[in-house]
Amino acid sequence: MACFLVPGTEAIVVTAAALILKKHEQVKYESTIKLNNKSAAAMETKAPAGFSRKLFWLAGLLWGGVILLAFEHLWHGEIQPFFPFLTAATEGPEAVSEMLGEMMTVGVTMAVLVTVVWAAMVAVSVLIEKRAVSPAEANA
Amino acid sequence: MTLLLTVFAAVIATAVWYTKNDKGLNLGVLCWMFWGASLMWLVDAVFEYKELGADYFTPEAGDMLNDTFLGLSVIALALVIWVVVLLIKDPKGVVKAKLQNK
Repeated sequence: MACFLVPGTEAIVVTAAALILKKHEQVKYESTIKLNNKSAAAMETKAPAGFSRKLFWLAGLLWGGVILLAFEHLWHGEIQPFFPFLTAATEGPEAVSEMLGEMMTVGVTMAVLVTVVWAAMVAVSVLIEKRAVSPAEANA
Repeated sequence: MTLLLTVFAAVIATAVWYTKNDKGLNLGVLCWMFWGASLMWLVDAVFEYKELGADYFTPEAGDMLNDTFLGLSVIALALVIWVVVLLIKDPKGVVKAKLQNK
């Protein structure tokens, strides 16, 4: 009925966290350059991709799913493009309670599954990055 | 059917993203959209299966047609979003060049 609102809320939080983290990474990178007395041109370069990049992966998965699911809900008449937006809100307390129940079960499971898949992706990418660094360290 | 069509779209988008390896096409946007929606619809399908049992796999012809139409519409919407993002980000500068050459 409106299960996509749960991953939608997570998407907003994750995007905000990723943007804040990206800013912190850039500030940290610039202060490192200052400490090393690098040139002004170096100051304008972007910080190397950190954890914020991986958080943007999660945001991408969540936003992508939420947009397409919102369209599906519109298709089935479960949401509407005008107030109160949620069709269940116009159908009485029973429908609202059913909607909240669905959000608590299906919605939360959706958010958890997407997050678990993302965590697995991050774990695999960390392993790949480590494997890519190891031969170079061995040669040093 | 919607889940099935979205999974196929996700696999195709990922295969093209991998083989092209072209940041200028912004294919990552398509991959995130299709995989995100596939995972969410998978959860929907599991809950529906829990409710309907084996009947879940034998939908009425009308429902299947509606779901196919929905799946194709979802793919069309995702492609439109991808094109809009591509034109706005304009990583290869094609739009900018066209506008400057007017």
